[in-house]
Amino acid sequence: MDLKRTVKFEADRDPEFARWISHTVGGERIRHCLQCGLCSASCPLSLHMDYTPRRLMHLSREGFKEEVLSSAAIWLCTACYACMVECPKKINITHLMYALKERAIQEKFYPKRFPIPVMAQQFSRMVRESGRITESWLIVRVFLRSAIWRLLGMSGLGWKLFLTGRMPARKEKIKRKSEIRTLLASVAATRKELAL
Amino acid sequence: MKYAYYPGCSLRGTGRAYEESLLAVFRALDVAIQELNDWNCCGATTYLSIDELTSYALAARNLALAARDRLDIIAPCAACYLVLNKTQRYIHDYPDIQLVVTRALDAIGLKYDDRVRVRHPLDIFLNEIGVKAIASRVTRSLKGLKVAPYYGCQIVRPYATFDDQRNPTSMDRLLEACGAEIIPYSLKTRCCGGSQKGTLPEVGLYLINYLVEEAQMNGADVIATVCPLCQFNLECFQKEASSEQNPLSTPVLYFTQLMALALGASSATIGLRRSLVKIEPVLEAKEIAYA
Repeated sequence: MDLKRTVKFEADRDPEFARWISHTVGGERIRHCLQCGLCSASCPLSLHMDYTPRRLMHLSREGFKEEVLSSAAIWLCTACYACMVECPKKINITHLMYALKERAIQEKFYPKRFPIPVMAQQFSRMVRESGRITESWLIVRVFLRSAIWRLLGMSGLGWKLFLTGRMPARKEKIKRKSEIRTLLASVAATRKELAL
Repeated sequence: MKYAYYPGCSLRGTGRAYEESLLAVFRALDVAIQELNDWNCCGATTYLSIDELTSYALAARNLALAARDRLDIIAPCAACYLVLNKTQRYIHDYPDIQLVVTRALDAIGLKYDDRVRVRHPLDIFLNEIGVKAIASRVTRSLKGLKVAPYYGCQIVRPYATFDDQRNPTSMDRLLEACGAEIIPYSLKTRCCGGSQKGTLPEVGLYLINYLVEEAQMNGADVIATVCPLCQFNLECFQKEASSEQNPLSTPVLYFTQLMALALGASSATIGLRRSLVKIEPVLEAKEIAYA
């Protein structure tokens, strides 16, 4: 039998993670959180979440790294900014969700073939390659790498969109693609130099 | 006054009717524009979760391109509008981000300039042209057409200064100037789910059902949107989001399609043929000409 302890101990906390979240961009005011729950109440996705935004704020600032980074909730956030508008302490909750997603991707804290990080990775790859997104090709790429069978289910709609000219097959790209490469190389260099 | 028009990727794909009708409204109201030269993707809500610093540099390239031409930007897509505004805000607030962006732009011969203003068509139409001037140019009143105004998230939240964040009314006033009747729609700023319909279908469909059902129950003839992703979700998946007890069938148009119609543009130039849920039967029943 595989028994698992369900209660968290003080020793489970990761102080580095707690320091990181309160010093990352947008996290400056996380320690002011009152746990009032207006974020969870205004969140249209909270009823689908394993940890609501209020609980995520608390777990993050206390350093429960594993729970936070492996939660489904960070991926459910659609960045609608409702919580941020309602927060009485003006905590940048939406932006912290981005920071948590970025860190979860870096540390590979998500299930295999989970479509949301796949979507994020394919999206950014397409921007790096062409400078612009072609929606039709993005959808194909995402589902090839996560849930191939779903492409078939969507082919009816895809066909209708194609017929109404809303899914052009032509790939969008910018003229000066080399500028994107130079831009990205410069960001990488500065990041390394300043250890950001 | 001339503006740099920043269409963004969706207006070249699923949102083509938005671009077609927006350009028709610009023509009808004499708004001078030029497309932002060699613009790139803003990164939308997606790039930020992969690599935050890079996403600011990408968005800032567009801001710098507009600065070089000394133009303010018009960004019709909600994601583009939000990301460009957010990028400006973060460059201003965080010296590290400013340094990264300045150096990256320098490497491609561009300069960041915080004087560029990023504006939404709602803001331009309401505050630069005004409802009186618009009403005076209406040639086909939308009288009797009941519209549910749906703003979605990222236009008014969190940075827009031209409208209220909880109960925006800019689109209401513009469409009223076109003769339409605005119906109460308390979900006007609730999220449509963004790309969740693609990644977690049951969650996406739940949100879509909620929004279309409310509009339909309140008696809407049409839902007016300001964002390509909202329009796509609410229109293309409403059938899938229907239940047997309550089948959904409400046309979802861009607010610019309704404005262009009222300002006399022909239906062929405003992308009505691209709709999957047709508005034409509604217009015929209301005796609103649309040819």
